[in-house]
Amino acid sequence: MTSEATPQPIAAEGPVIECEHLSRKFGSLWAVRDVSLRVERGQIFGVLGPNGAGKSTTIRMLCGILDPTSGRGTVVGHDIAKDSEGIKQNIGYMTQRFSLYEDLTVEENLRFYASVYGMSGRARKQRIEAVLEEAGLRDRRKQLAGTLSGGWKQRVALASSTIHRPPLLFLDEPTAGVDPVSRRDFWDQIHRISDQGTTVLVTTHYMDEAERCHRLAFIFRGELLATGTPLEVIERRNLSVLELELEDNRTLEAAKLLRTTEGVEEVNHFGLVMRVALRNSQDPEGTVRRALEPNGFAIKRLQQTRVSVEDAFVSMVREDDAMRAQKHLETAA
Amino acid sequence: MTRLLAIAWKELVQLRRDRMTFGMMVGLPIMQLMLFGYAINTDVRHMPTLVYDQDHSLEARDFVARLSITGFYDIVGHVHDYDEIERALRQGRARVAIVIPSEFGKSIRAGRGVQAQLVVDGSDPQTVASATNTAMSLGAARSGELSSLRLAQNGLVGPAQPLSVEPTTWYNPELKTAIFVVPGLVGVILTMTMIMFTSMAIVRERERGTLEQLIVSPIGRVELVVGKILPYIVIGYVQMSLILGVGRLVFHVPLQGSLPLLYLLASVFIAACLALGMFFSTLAKTQQQAMQMSFFFLLPNILLSGFVFPFEGMPVPAQMLSQALPLTHFLRIVRGITLKGATFSDVRIELVWLAAILFVLVALSSMRFSKKLG
Repeated sequence: MTSEATPQPIAAEGPVIECEHLSRKFGSLWAVRDVSLRVERGQIFGVLGPNGAGKSTTIRMLCGILDPTSGRGTVVGHDIAKDSEGIKQNIGYMTQRFSLYEDLTVEENLRFYASVYGMSGRARKQRIEAVLEEAGLRDRRKQLAGTLSGGWKQRVALASSTIHRPPLLFLDEPTAGVDPVSRRDFWDQIHRISDQGTTVLVTTHYMDEAERCHRLAFIFRGELLATGTPLEVIERRNLSVLELELEDNRTLEAAKLLRTTEGVEEVNHFGLVMRVALRNSQDPEGTVRRALEPNGFAIKRLQQTRVSVEDAFVSMVREDDAMRAQKHLETAA
Repeated sequence: MTRLLAIAWKELVQLRRDRMTFGMMVGLPIMQLMLFGYAINTDVRHMPTLVYDQDHSLEARDFVARLSITGFYDIVGHVHDYDEIERALRQGRARVAIVIPSEFGKSIRAGRGVQAQLVVDGSDPQTVASATNTAMSLGAARSGELSSLRLAQNGLVGPAQPLSVEPTTWYNPELKTAIFVVPGLVGVILTMTMIMFTSMAIVRERERGTLEQLIVSPIGRVELVVGKILPYIVIGYVQMSLILGVGRLVFHVPLQGSLPLLYLLASVFIAACLALGMFFSTLAKTQQQAMQMSFFFLLPNILLSGFVFPFEGMPVPAQMLSQALPLTHFLRIVRGITLKGATFSDVRIELVWLAAILFVLVALSSMRFSKKLG
């Protein structure tokens, strides 16, 4: 094995990840159903969904460590079912559990993973120094990984999984259970790695993180609900979101009323401010005013605000729920 | 090769950090050696003995004294009826009682046959054998003496002894238990530590989530397994040397045969133990399960391998089971080489057995261990 100083040239043309109709069944349960994805070189691709949606199962199939029940795919030019060893050479992989050896020091962990990817001698030494420097881990090189805080563990785990400069990096819920400051730092590092030419596929259930990705895929109950850039995903839902403040504090009653109003999808409380989401509405402000003012509510402030990825996701999940309930009723009838 | 060494290096670093385990690897053999070497003694001496002398003759006292100086019977008291004997045996104050009937001395003087009775606590069969054998042979010897004496008194000289068997014990003439136990202990300790540590090795990675990280890496199945067991092979040899060395210094266990031959053949045994540990590792979901499996396996090894109970005394089904245990064959090798000076051709058949067991285990565990999830 030669040590890789730069990302290996992989099939120069075409997407880094491409899969069609990928499905996986555990017993009688479909963990992933009919998922098709395309991830282009250099992208930060976010896979979003709640816990248990099938994100990890999808990643494991793409890494070649879990065989799909049906469907096909290629990752960095290698078939996921037939050539998993070819994939393994070219990917980095990091999970929420930060698979570090807690009884090894930071440096020993890096050294171990570097050797696992075939590096040795001077090249390994130089690479470890470079990674320690980049991740700001110099002062902690002799510290046992088990004694690090969550944020630092995460840094070491990221450094370990990119020690061999993989052209493709899988991050499976890398920020679960990490404090907000560390999460921001972490995303800065992901962007830095991406700038160096690495394609990143990251799963998360934090919706604020979704907006940091170049492209997104929503997975819910094992199925793909939408893909696109964050902006596309948001615009496609055609949502309007209003912030509403009342003169008095009868917010609960107002919310109750709004929820039964035609066109209103979602009402949320943020302290005294309510966030009202409407779908396919020509005149969202008018709709809200017409619903509240005749019923004796005095509006202090009502203004349009930015629609977030979270709004779009919640809207899609609600629609999916409604459709399933409908189907369930029909089959029962 | 880089990868294989990386795994082995990592295991060693982890092992060094784990003081408890590291201490156990060295401490365990020494502790077991002392325990087994000193505590286990199958030839029972100094049995607490009661005397119920109904005769009070010179001959009776003489006979009791003769029994006492054999070293097998420690006279702990004199009693006056059978009830007392029964109580003492039940309470464990005595294991044996000698009953001398009245007329004992008179009958001997008259040249008539007479019987002394030996009451033995049979709840422990080991005691029975030691107690009765010694007393019976002493009785027979004394009878012979008395007969010759009587013949001589009548002016006749009989044959010294019409028939006698003179036992000659080879290899361990003093029948010291330690000499028999210590070489066997090499096998038992290796079985214990090798299986236990390897069975936990893969499970530990699975439990901590690091196995998944290795599975997505380009590391090969063989590299992973061999890299993991390599450090333990070294530890196995350290333990073996430790036991043989201390056994020689403290218990004077001899080494009749070739040490290099023993070390060479031990590699097959160690490999078989490690393969078995790896197999358990693929079955267990947690380190605890792996540990339990190892212990569950250890017990029949100690009982059936011939470490404590002789193979020849087992019923046929137990013998068949015994043949399937790697320890059975290694015990024959290690005892053969250390005590009897066996050569390669003497233990060839045991090597064939070990190799066959190893082959089956390796096949089983590589079939079980897959680099896929789910």
